[in-house]
Amino acid sequence: MALNAEQAERLGQLLSTHSDRISQRWSEVAAAPLKGRLTVAEAARHTGELQAQLRSALLAGATGVDSVHSAELRALLTELSRSRARMGFTASETATSVFALKTALYEAADVEKGDDAALRDYVAWSALIDELGLFTFEAYSRAREEIITAQGEQLLELSTPVVKLWEGVVAVPLVGTLDSARAQVVMERLLEALVDTGSPYAIIDITGVPAVDTQVAQHVLKTVMAARLMGAECIISGIRPQIAQTIVTLGIEFGDIVTKASLADALRHAVQRRNADQRAVKREA
Amino acid sequence: MDRLPILKIGSVLLVSIQIDMQDQMALQLQEDLGQRIVDTGCKGVIIDITGLDIVDSFVGRTLSTIASISRVLDAETIVVGMRPAVAITLVELGLSLEGIRTALNVERGLELLARSTEPDTADDLELFGDPETASS
Amino acid sequence: MTTSEATDRQVQAISSDEDVVRVRQLVRTAAVAAKLSLVDQTKVVTAASELARNTLVYGGGGSAEVCRVLNGSRHGVRIVFTDSGPGIADVELALTDGYTSGTGMGLGLSGARRLVDEFHLDTAVGAGTTVAVVKWAR
Repeated sequence: MALNAEQAERLGQLLSTHSDRISQRWSEVAAAPLKGRLTVAEAARHTGELQAQLRSALLAGATGVDSVHSAELRALLTELSRSRARMGFTASETATSVFALKTALYEAADVEKGDDAALRDYVAWSALIDELGLFTFEAYSRAREEIITAQGEQLLELSTPVVKLWEGVVAVPLVGTLDSARAQVVMERLLEALVDTGSPYAIIDITGVPAVDTQVAQHVLKTVMAARLMGAECIISGIRPQIAQTIVTLGIEFGDIVTKASLADALRHAVQRRNADQRAVKREA
Repeated sequence: MDRLPILKIGSVLLVSIQIDMQDQMALQLQEDLGQRIVDTGCKGVIIDITGLDIVDSFVGRTLSTIASISRVLDAETIVVGMRPAVAITLVELGLSLEGIRTALNVERGLELLARSTEPDTADDLELFGDPETASS
Repeated sequence: MTTSEATDRQVQAISSDEDVVRVRQLVRTAAVAAKLSLVDQTKVVTAASELARNTLVYGGGGSAEVCRVLNGSRHGVRIVFTDSGPGIADVELALTDGYTSGTGMGLGLSGARRLVDEFHLDTAVGAGTTVAVVKWAR
C-alpha cells in the first residue's frame, strides 16, 4: 500500500477538481519522449483513460496498485503495455507515460508554494505512481516474452515443411541445425502428416543437416518407432559421412531402419514398396 | 458393465474403441473377441483406436494379449488409427506393443489383412478341385 | 518441489477402476487449462493413468490431488498420488525398467517418470507411498 486512505482520497479529489489541467499536462509530458511515433491525440487518449481509471480506483478506496479496487486499473495498464510492446516502444518509453503524471500532479497541487502537508502528500503520491510504473514495466516484459515465444514457434513451423512426394509417400527435408525442440516439432508434424494423407511411407531427408548429437539422433529414432506403432515405415536419406561417423561413435543403434544415400533413392524405394503392397492386395482381391 | 460392440463385416471382425475404457471393459473385450473369432471363423480382426486419446501400459498389454489369442485361434489382428500423440507417448513410455501389427486407418488395415490372411493362392486350390464348381 | 502457485486444486479418491478413469479426465481438463501441447497432455494423462492404477493395485487405494501450477510465466499440472499401502522397500529397484511386483509390464513407475518433467517418490515400508509429478507447458 503506497498511500493511506486520506492521501488516496485527496489524490482522487485533486484528479477530479483539476481534471482538465492534469490531463493536458500529463499527455504533453507523456508524448514528448515518444517523438511523434504516437500521435498526440492517441497519447492523450491513453493518459486520459488512465486518469479516469485511476480516479475511480482511488475514490472507490484503492490505496495501491495491489488493492482490490485497482483491478480495472491494472487491466488497463497491462493492455497499454502490451500494445506499446507490440508497436515497438521500449520499456522506458512505456513506463515514462505513467511517470509523466508526477509532473502534472506537482504543478496541479502547487507543491512549490504549499506547506509540509502538501509535500508529504506529493511524496506519497509519487510512491504510488512508482508502483504503477513498475507494474507497467513488468507487464511490458511479459508481453515481450510472449511475442518472442510466438515468433519462435512461427519460425519452427516455417522451417519444417512436410510435403507429399507421391501417393502414399510424405517427406520432410530438414535444413539447418536440429536442436531438440525443433526435432520434436518435426517428429509431431511428420506423424500428423502420415495420418492426414494416409501415407504408409515417410522419408526423413537430412542432407541439409550439418551435424547431429545424441539427443537429435534419439529424436529421429523415436520418430521412426512412433511411425511404426502407427503402421507406417520411415526411410532416412542423405546421411553425410561425418554424421554416419557420429552415429557409430555415439553407439546409436539404427537397427533395421532403412537408410538411403539420396532423397531420390529413398523415394524410389518407397514407391517400389508401395506398388508391391498394392499388387499383393490386387492379387488377393 | 458396458461392452464394446464387435461388428462383423465380410470375413473381418471390427471393433471401434470410442470411449475412455475402464480396465474391466478392456478385459471383457479380450474375452468377447476370442469367442467371436471362434463363432464366426473370421480370419481377420481390426481394432480401431482412432477414438482413444491415451493408451497406457494396461491397454497396451491388453491389445498385445488380444493379438496373441487371435493368432492362436488362427486370426490376424491389426490395430489401426493410433494417434501421433499416443504413438509418441508409447515410445517414451517404453512400450513397443510386441507382436501387434498396425496400420494407419481401417482401409489400410483391410489391405494388410488381404495381403496376409490368404497366403494360399488359387493355384493351390485347383489341386483339390473347386468344391463349388464340382458339385454344380 | 519447485516453488510455484497452485490453483484449481481437486482431489479424487481412488478405490475402483472407474476412479482411474476419473483421474484421467481430471488431469486432461487441468492439462488443457494449463495450455499443454497435445503431446504433453497425452504424456501427463498417460503417466497419471499408470500412477493411479499403481495406487489402486499396489497401494490398495488412495487419492489423487490434481492442480494447476504456475512458476513465473510457465504453466503446468501437478498431480500427487497418495496411498497408505505397504510402501516400497527398494525404491531403486521399483524404478528400474521391467521391474514388476504384480501383473503389470513393469513400466508403471519408470515409464511414468519418463513422461513427466518432475517426479518425486516418497515411500517407506508400512507407511504408504506418495508420488508427486509435474508436467510443464513447453
